[in-house]
Amino acid sequence: MANANQSASMTVKLVLAWCFVGIPLAWGVLQTIANAMTLFR
Amino acid sequence: MTSANAAAPQGGFFSFLDRAHTVAEPGFSRWMVPPAALCIHLCIGQAYAFSVFNLPMSKLIGVDHATPDDWKLTDLGWIFSIAIFFLGTSAAVFGRWVEDGGPRRAMFASGLCWAGGFFFAAIGVYLHMLWIIYLGYGVLGGVGLGLGYISPVSTLIKWFPDRPGMATGMAIMGFGGGAFIASPLSVWLMQKFSTPTHIGVAETFICLGLIYLCFMWVGAAIVRVPRADWRPEGYTPPVVAQKLITKNDVYVYDALKTPQFWLIWGVLCLNVTAGIGVLGQASAMSQEMFPGRVSAIAAAGFVGLLSLFNMGGRFFWATISDYIGRKNTYFCFFVLGPVLYALVPWAGSLGNVTLFVVFFLVILSMYGGGFATVPAYLRDMFGTRYVGAIHGMLITAWSMAGVFGPVLVNYIRQYQIDNGVPKAQAYNTTMYIMAGLLVVGFFCNLFVKAVHHRFHMHPEHEAEEAQTEVAAAGDPAGA
Repeated sequence: MANANQSASMTVKLVLAWCFVGIPLAWGVLQTIANAMTLFR
Repeated sequence: MTSANAAAPQGGFFSFLDRAHTVAEPGFSRWMVPPAALCIHLCIGQAYAFSVFNLPMSKLIGVDHATPDDWKLTDLGWIFSIAIFFLGTSAAVFGRWVEDGGPRRAMFASGLCWAGGFFFAAIGVYLHMLWIIYLGYGVLGGVGLGLGYISPVSTLIKWFPDRPGMATGMAIMGFGGGAFIASPLSVWLMQKFSTPTHIGVAETFICLGLIYLCFMWVGAAIVRVPRADWRPEGYTPPVVAQKLITKNDVYVYDALKTPQFWLIWGVLCLNVTAGIGVLGQASAMSQEMFPGRVSAIAAAGFVGLLSLFNMGGRFFWATISDYIGRKNTYFCFFVLGPVLYALVPWAGSLGNVTLFVVFFLVILSMYGGGFATVPAYLRDMFGTRYVGAIHGMLITAWSMAGVFGPVLVNYIRQYQIDNGVPKAQAYNTTMYIMAGLLVVGFFCNLFVKAVHHRFHMHPEHEAEEAQTEVAAAGDPAGA
């Protein structure tokens, strides 16, 4: 039971940590791709 | 774990930064470490986007035009150069300190220096004193860059002995990606803080400093080092010795005495020289090689695409290197690279923009791949123990290339134009020289062999080191 709780807590931490870095990075990449599209217009 | 904590230095406000307090508790997932590393690298990657401040900072007094009292673009260009110089210097000087104290202390210090650099730069802008910005962003921020760049490397390699290339590639990818966030964010903040009579550069620096401080300290808080006896589940170290992957460690300063260190230094320097010159001149080059066909806006898009492939290449090539080996990965760069560079003038003569773009996207992916694969290459050659410090010293190759690359591209282009070569063809010679540099890199890589056993750490050397570590950082067994 304690192990299951620990594992669930670690999963939540993992999701939060990856969102913390992934969301800003994805936003920046999307901005760049949107700007780069002018090259092919 | 318990023994590690028990033996950890007690008391002292900053004791939570010690390596002994960073040892992972049972149940900790190693996949928490890449986001911790990304917290650092995404922030310090802002350095690549510093140019967005150059134009606004050249009009701080005149606001909508540059007055004679405003700073010149040539003077502002030094801010980035000083920061990159101190990145290399501090990585080399503090590598051992980073390795001894563990990742948390280094990340914490890196955050302080990096954010402090922004705060000093804000004061410099407010008082309109450029030397404060040189000292703030350039020197202090540059030290933050160096500490931050190397701080998670050896930790990631220890957590991912089965996939060291992928792990370090993920972190170093963040350095390439930091500019994507910083560039639009900085522009947006400057718009928010600007008025018809004032450009909001100082306020933007303060905001960025605060954001980066929080981000980097979150990284420092969540990073952990594995226990000494920890292995990934289901992973057994290879029993059969691999020729180019050592099971021994080489002491940090002994690594400098090996030909392998200097050959890999040459490999990195040549690979970076070829890429960095192009990256800096990509916008002008695309417009001059295809006059009337590539507008300034399209050229900016081209630069964005190059940065995207520079970032993606860091993860892609470093991950590939786990399967085909580091030496073979660099062989790909040094065979494919010269061919592509040599084909660029041909694409220009055909007027084929798509081919030109594709060639450079592949070239820039290999430029990024060179950065990201090198920590694992060093691990293979010199072992895990001092890989962070050795990597720190290798970063001087980057500083050197940062000077040579742009100078080569700029001066050769100017020389060609002065001698009557049309602008559209002024880059051809540069492309052939870049191809030549990569051929030299091919031979540097070819001569890399396993490190001679006389450089491996001996038991008495290790005992001495262990004693030093006990004195410096508490219980080394826990690390």
